[in-house]
Amino acid sequence: MKLKIFILILVVFYSCKSETSFERTPIEVVTDDGVSIEVYDFENFKPFIQQQDNVIYVINFWATWCKPCVEELPAFISLQEKYQDKKVKVLLVSLDFPTKIIEQLIPFIKIKKLAPEVILLDDPDQNTWIPQISEKWSGAIPATLIYYKDKRVFYEQSFTFETLEQAVLAIKK
Amino acid sequence: MKTIRILTLFTFSILLASFGLMNNKEGYKIGDYATDFKLKNVDDKMVSLSDFKKAKGFIVIFTCNHCPYSVAYEDRIIDLDKKYKEKGYPVIAINPNNPAKEPKDSFDLMKVRAKEKGFTFPYLFDDRQKIYPQYGATRTPHVYLLKKEKGNLVVSYIGAIDDNYKEASQTKVKYVEDAVDALLKGEKPLTTETKAIGCSIKV
Repeated sequence: MKLKIFILILVVFYSCKSETSFERTPIEVVTDDGVSIEVYDFENFKPFIQQQDNVIYVINFWATWCKPCVEELPAFISLQEKYQDKKVKVLLVSLDFPTKIIEQLIPFIKIKKLAPEVILLDDPDQNTWIPQISEKWSGAIPATLIYYKDKRVFYEQSFTFETLEQAVLAIKK
Repeated sequence: MKTIRILTLFTFSILLASFGLMNNKEGYKIGDYATDFKLKNVDDKMVSLSDFKKAKGFIVIFTCNHCPYSVAYEDRIIDLDKKYKEKGYPVIAINPNNPAKEPKDSFDLMKVRAKEKGFTFPYLFDDRQKIYPQYGATRTPHVYLLKKEKGNLVVSYIGAIDDNYKEASQTKVKYVEDAVDALLKGEKPLTTETKAIGCSIKV
């Protein structure tokens, strides 16, 4: 019995803990109200967009203050739900100002019950890192990078669930 | 059969057209001639670039009220105007957003913000959203530095104001200042295009 509980705890622990195929090196972790947000500069964020395992990664760049970003979030939540066991991983990369994590980002995550993982990218030298995400990106958000191993497609646009699902399914073709 | 073919062709062309629209990020490139415009300023007067007879060029900045990045740069935009208006490069700010989509960017609230911050430059409203697509602006803030040359407005720099939105004091490269300084010296700017995170323009 005890063992069962232990296993259960272990399972819960691991399913909550965000898995990555590399060792994460956030420059800071901000915790409030039971929610922890890892903060990355671009150098430490890079491994998130270079994973080579058998998973389709959907990396959405957004911010709580960005209206069209907030409007399309349900599409990403639904995508993660529908493809939970099918090797699709949604990562929500917040570009909120780091000073607003406790005041805005964490309350937002709780209110909207955001299931996909949220991390924060904070690197002021945007002219250097934006083109490394995609040469096509002007810097406007929302923006989404979908990649599977070495195949990458970048979208500077808003998604509905249908268009997002299509884009995800198209990447393996 | 024929109908199907026509239908297919029709669908295909619609798809192509919508694809074209999606990727319509043409806009100006360095060296292009920018269009003048006539837009309403926060003082209710119409403003055109041709009104500025003595200007050597313009620092045109697409910006708005609601976007945190725009707000973060407000003081620096005022400083740019103060520094370069005298030298012949005034700031011309344009709000490209549709207030139906972002109520904080209404013309009335533009007036309020301009007053609060003491804007020293025109803050114009692209109320029909005709100007920003011609320039190719995609976000706020988005700068287009124009240089007057034989009656034309030559696009000389496109992009961000500097390389640190968070802390003006920690800026390492002031893209716009460097570009204007180069133009004032009769040189070409070293950096002509930069990228930055910004709020997408609300259509």
